[in-house]
Amino acid sequence: MRCGDFKETYIKDEEIFQSLFVKFCLGMFLLFLLVFPFAADAYMLYIANMIGFAVIGAVGLNLLTGFTGQISLGHAAFVGVGAYTSAILVTRLGFSFWLSIPFAGLVAALAGMIIGIPSLRVKGLYLCIATLAAQFIFEFIFIHWESMTKGITGINIPHPRIGSLEFITEKEFYWITLFFVVLGVGYARNLVRSRMGRAFVAIRDRDLSAEIIGINLFRYKLSAFAISSFYAGVAGALWVTFLKVVTPDHFPFILSIQYLAMIIVGGLGSVLGSIFGAVFITLTPELLNYLSEIVKMYALGHEEIFVPMKEVIFGLLIVLFLIFEPRGLAEIWNRFKNFFRLWPFSY
Amino acid sequence: MEDREEYQLRVEDIHLSFGGHKALNGISTGVRKGEVFSIIGPNGAGKTCLLNCINRFYHPEKGSVILEGQDISHFKTHAIAGLGIARTFQNIELFGHMSVLDNIKLGAHVHLKSGFFSGGIYFGKSRKEEIELRKHIEEKIIDLLEIEQIRKSIVHSLPYGLQKRVELARALAMKPKILLLDEPATGMNLEETEDIARFILDINEAWEITIILIEHDMGVVMDISDRVCVLDFGAKIAEGKPEEIRNNEHVIKAYLGEEDITYSRLGA
Repeated sequence: MRCGDFKETYIKDEEIFQSLFVKFCLGMFLLFLLVFPFAADAYMLYIANMIGFAVIGAVGLNLLTGFTGQISLGHAAFVGVGAYTSAILVTRLGFSFWLSIPFAGLVAALAGMIIGIPSLRVKGLYLCIATLAAQFIFEFIFIHWESMTKGITGINIPHPRIGSLEFITEKEFYWITLFFVVLGVGYARNLVRSRMGRAFVAIRDRDLSAEIIGINLFRYKLSAFAISSFYAGVAGALWVTFLKVVTPDHFPFILSIQYLAMIIVGGLGSVLGSIFGAVFITLTPELLNYLSEIVKMYALGHEEIFVPMKEVIFGLLIVLFLIFEPRGLAEIWNRFKNFFRLWPFSY
Repeated sequence: MEDREEYQLRVEDIHLSFGGHKALNGISTGVRKGEVFSIIGPNGAGKTCLLNCINRFYHPEKGSVILEGQDISHFKTHAIAGLGIARTFQNIELFGHMSVLDNIKLGAHVHLKSGFFSGGIYFGKSRKEEIELRKHIEEKIIDLLEIEQIRKSIVHSLPYGLQKRVELARALAMKPKILLLDEPATGMNLEETEDIARFILDINEAWEITIILIEHDMGVVMDISDRVCVLDFGAKIAEGKPEEIRNNEHVIKAYLGEEDITYSRLGA
């Protein structure tokens, strides 16, 4: 359907959304996102919000791991730093929620830059372990710096408001989430098609020639860590405000792994892939829950088998993805698009 | 050394060793503005090492690299690009998973200004910058190197000869004053070699870029070089016009060998 679509100016050819049809589809999708909360129940909106936070976090991690090639096992730590920063600013210093979000991002970015310093010397698995250290250091801080974080009892967070407009329910919070998701995704997509994003990919693909063409590796690696952690911090701040409470339990090591799973399943080095991955990893357990409820109804007395099966199937799905579609959901999407480019008259 | 002042880029007394192995042993030479200057020599003579020293990949123990009167021996590797020295590699060093166009755009990295803020917003100045860059690349570089048909292909899927051309395109996008080419015609058939030689001459003449060329194809070297420098075992054994080099007995010895020299190489 997109064949015969020729560009006449460079501006047209540099656009993200290349044809009128694609723009139309995007418009319809945005419209769907705007109408969705009026049709959905509280549970669905809860899931939608969770997907939103996951998207922001996953886009951030993909900028670091997928685009710049610096593997991080400490993403949950930065989510936590952002979450605690926002919570502490709002409860102790009387910041408004809105003002606390950029601060949460900035503090997380700073933490990310410090953790990213070893990246200049170490790569791959070694960097993995270095960032893993971050995860445990920050978890320790969240638990034991009780004067600031209130330890395992956690901090209760008031709901955000603009004037008299309060954001309490899932439906009201949905608008906040949607706003930040659109902002975050749009920024990332633009970043990766401009100078800085190209430099990131250059570092991933071949750092030696990146240096030859004048890319300062140290600066760009740290920038990648900073931007990635900024996303994580914002995601964290939104998430705990939504939950109305923050405790150290929210940021376990498994959350870092989940973020990695999102970008691997979705597609490394693709902004769209991070969205697919975030949706997949958040939705699948819920779908499996739902399925196991149904199965339980028909197989009474066998719950002890079916309930853990959920986890097994989830794990299996990820493994199958790695084997059959290592480039992720984004690649499936690309193939799908290419198929329809010439459809119905291929050749 | 009487005309050292007119050299655009010169190296002085470069010493480089890896462990006990002396890779470069007191090399001094220079290139004038607008020249095609070739460095030849048998395998392992230190040609690529010399380029790596100019590029600041290697840090020589002794000696200096001087660009237009400025000593650049203490610059960081990534700062060299900003000074106008571009480079292609013997084994292609492209960004394999990016499109040809993105690879070439990356070459212009130091000439762009957008940062993490303006780049992410992609509006106004940074957008204009991107479009102008695209125009420049399309109309000057891609057109010159005749790679229109592959501009959107992913680099690692391209054949070797085209990848070499893309690498040259990326180097050109850096708008260099001096272009270091490390074996641009290796592994090419006759036709491709002739194309590359033509591109080099075009670049040299139309863009007024000084070229430093390492090449094993003597036909190319002798045809397009203004001057040739011959290295052997980390030392300079001859320098001069192509016809002088062709008849230089040291050069002939280095390439064809001689009994006494063979013995001395074996350490006898």
